[in-house]
Order: sequence, then C-alpha cells, then structure tokens
Amino acid sequence: MRNMTNIKLAIVDYGSSNLYSVINACKYFGFEVDITDNPQMIRNADAVILPGVGAFQQAMKNLERLDLIEPIKDFVESGNPFMGICLGLQLLFESSEEFGATKGLGLVNGTIRKFPNDLEKNFKVPQIGWNTIVDPKNGNWENSPLNSLKSEEFMYFVHSYYADIEDIGAISSLTTYNGTNYCSSLQKDNIFATQFHPEKSGEKGLEIYKNWFNSF
Amino acid sequence: MNTVRTIARLDVKGPNLVKGIHLEGLRVLGQPEDFSKFYYQQGADELFYQDVVASLYNRNGLHDLISNVAKFSFVPLTVGGGIRSIEDIKTMLKAGADKVAINTAAINNPGLITEAANTFGSSTIVVTIEAAKQSDGNYLAFTDNGREYTGVEVVSWAQRAEELGAGELVITSIDKEGTGEGYDYDLLEQVTSKVTVPVVAHGGAGQLDDIGKAVKYNVNALAFASVLHYDFLKNNTPSTSSKEGNTEFLKKGMAFGKISPFSIEQIKSYMVSHQIPCRTL
Repeated sequence: MRNMTNIKLAIVDYGSSNLYSVINACKYFGFEVDITDNPQMIRNADAVILPGVGAFQQAMKNLERLDLIEPIKDFVESGNPFMGICLGLQLLFESSEEFGATKGLGLVNGTIRKFPNDLEKNFKVPQIGWNTIVDPKNGNWENSPLNSLKSEEFMYFVHSYYADIEDIGAISSLTTYNGTNYCSSLQKDNIFATQFHPEKSGEKGLEIYKNWFNSF
Repeated sequence: MNTVRTIARLDVKGPNLVKGIHLEGLRVLGQPEDFSKFYYQQGADELFYQDVVASLYNRNGLHDLISNVAKFSFVPLTVGGGIRSIEDIKTMLKAGADKVAINTAAINNPGLITEAANTFGSSTIVVTIEAAKQSDGNYLAFTDNGREYTGVEVVSWAQRAEELGAGELVITSIDKEGTGEGYDYDLLEQVTSKVTVPVVAHGGAGQLDDIGKAVKYNVNALAFASVLHYDFLKNNTPSTSSKEGNTEFLKKGMAFGKISPFSIEQIKSYMVSHQIPCRTL
C-alpha cells in the first residue's frame, strides 16, 4: 500500500444511500476520502469507488444530471483502480430491464435482470441476507481483491436484480439465489466490482477492502 | 443458497439498552455499545435497534449510538422508532444505518412506504408490524411500541405493505415478546404464506428449539433479544451510562423466568446441526 495520506480516493456521491458504510470502511483503514459529485475531482482521483443501493434508472438519471457519466468512463479509461459496489456493479453493464430498458455505462457486456419471485417455491425478492461467493475456476482469485478469501465465504447481499454477464472471463465469483446462478463479483482490467457489500460482510468483507487498497 | 439470518435486537431507551415483557415494564440492562460489540464479534448477521420511546416523544434518539456502532460493526444495521419522514430516513442513513424500520408512521401514512422505497430503494425500507392475537383468532396491528390500538388486520396490512414497496417485514408478537415461550408460529405462518418479501420473526425466543420451529414457517430471519442479552449479562459485568430508568433488575441479580440464555455461537451451531442454512464465521 502506498502512503495512504497521499492517495486521492474519491467516492462518487450521486444521491445513493449506502455511502456512509463505504466511508466507514475506508476510514477504518485510515483513508480520508473525497465524497464528491465533482467531475474534475473524479477525473483527478487516484482511485474511485462507485457505491449504490436502489433503483438503476434513478441512478443513471442522477449520474446524467450531475454530468458524471463521461468523467467515470474517462477515469476507468485511465487504468487507475475502480471499484463498484452493489448498484455500482450493475451500472457498469449495458442495460437493465428495470422499468422497461434503461441504458447503463456499458463498460461490461451484459444485462441486469430481475430475480424470479414465487410464493409456491418460497422465492423471496429482494435477496436480503448472507450468501456464499464461489470461485468459478480454482485459483481465480490470485490476482484479485478476493485473494485472501477461500471459496464459499459468506457475504452480505441486498438486491432484486442480478447481472447476466456476457464477459464470462471477467467473472470473479458466482452466487446462487432462487435457483439463479449469477455473477456476484467481477474483475475487468482495472475494474473490480461486487454485487455484495464487503463493507457489511464482517471481518471477511473488510479484508476485500484491505486487499484492494494493497493493490494500489 | 437462502440462508436464515440471526438478528440481535436491541431496544434502547435514552442511553440504555432495555428489555421488557410484552413490550412493557422496561428494565435497564446496560450500554447498547457493549452489547453491540459482543454480538458483532460473535457473528451476528445483523443488528437491529429500536428506540422504544421515539414515537412517544416524536423523535428517534439513536443517531449518536448508530454512528458509534457503525465505526466498529461492519454488518447491516437497522434502526426503528419514530421514523416519520424522508428527512428522518436520510438522517439515520447518514449516521450509518443501512435500513430503517417503520411502524407507526407507516400505518398513519402508508404513502410514506412508497415514497421512501422510491427514494432509497425497497431493500432499505423495513416495515415492522406489532401484532396481538384477538379473541376471534385474528391478529391486529398496534403502534407506539404496542401501546396504540389501530384496528388494522395484520395479514392484509402485511400484503399491502409489500405492495406499497416495503422490502422486508419484521413481525413482532406482542403476546410472546419477552416471555421466552417461543415465537407465535400461527402468526408467522399466516404472514409468510401471503407475502414474497423476506420476513423477520420477532418476539418469544426462549429456547434453541424455537429456532427450528420458526424456520418451518419459512421465515428468512430470526430476531433475538432477551436470550442474547441475558447470556451477555451472565458473562460480562454490565455498565449503565446513567441512573436513568429501572435498574432494580441488575442490582438484585437476575432471574430469567422461562428464558434459557444462549449466545449467537450457540444459535449458529444449532442451525448447522439442524441443516438450517446460515452464515458461519
């Protein structure tokens, strides 16, 4: 880890609700963060976190209104570390089927789809709770922020939609819920993103932050 | 995997953790921070805080507590009590809460559920239903920590709350709460057979076997209060932050009635040995 006081770590503030737990996790490791909706600050950051809980369409509208779509794409283009969490993973995709079809950032190929709910089968939506993340091919986590974890570790999830990913090679972990096996974290070049909330997944979740910080 | 969550439920009055029976006769047990740290370290899947006098005073006083707990406890935190507006929700999320639980304001102003769900996402909005069985076998919802009669029928209210956008329901049995007699299984069955959002069972856990019974009714999470708090008190010296409230229980030494205190670790090993899917550390 580089001297953390010199690292400009920006958390994108676009009106999402889980900002504060992400900030707490960063502070836990001694990072002072810039919570920002300023396009220039995002472009100039050393590392960026895109958090998020809530509705895809509303989130894209907010990013558009705040003129943040291009700055986020430019930042990802720069090759510096970028992390998406929960809705912050979903927004990276091409589109979501929430409220018809909404266009996403298009940085990862695939579509965001809704979990099936079914009272007969006791399929509950949203998924609110702990589930396991599985390494799709043994040893995949070596060069990932998941590197200190073992496969089938429990992480905390809160979501109604999941990523139907086309970039199969980008899948870091798979998770099964309501009979759907889906991509619960991904890594593509300098992008790392999780559907679960590492900042809400106890000590094992904090390790993911630590590993990500160590990769800077 | 669909796991069953273990939620530590902390009722808070002023600076103190309290516990009552049927939501009444509150006894001071100690400082909520001490209990929170212990439960987090033991592997609680979630911590749920209820300001039990908030509706009475028209405000939630847990802001500072939540912001302290959020610094050391990296599991979901849910806060209830006196949440009446979008602004109240924002304040709690800013303090570090992940979800807010609404009861009184949801019944008085159901539109709040929809507005809140649209603003923060359904999964941030929990609706709590305090239920009491009536002589005709139906359950009615109460508000203000079980004090106020509403005449609202529980099962149809649960369905309506889901339609309005609640992401999760906490079903509290006023009849069983604090008694250690087990959850109200009839109530749980009536609700879980009618809604597709996750359901949290609350009120009555007194023995480990109550877990196995409740899980049969398809609940997604179990809330525990007395059993965990008394287990904590058996193993730790309680500290109270002020002389405020009824501390006789602590001074006199404790008698737990029908409740056999147990820990989160014991809950998890019970679940594992009974093939109930759950998070293990």
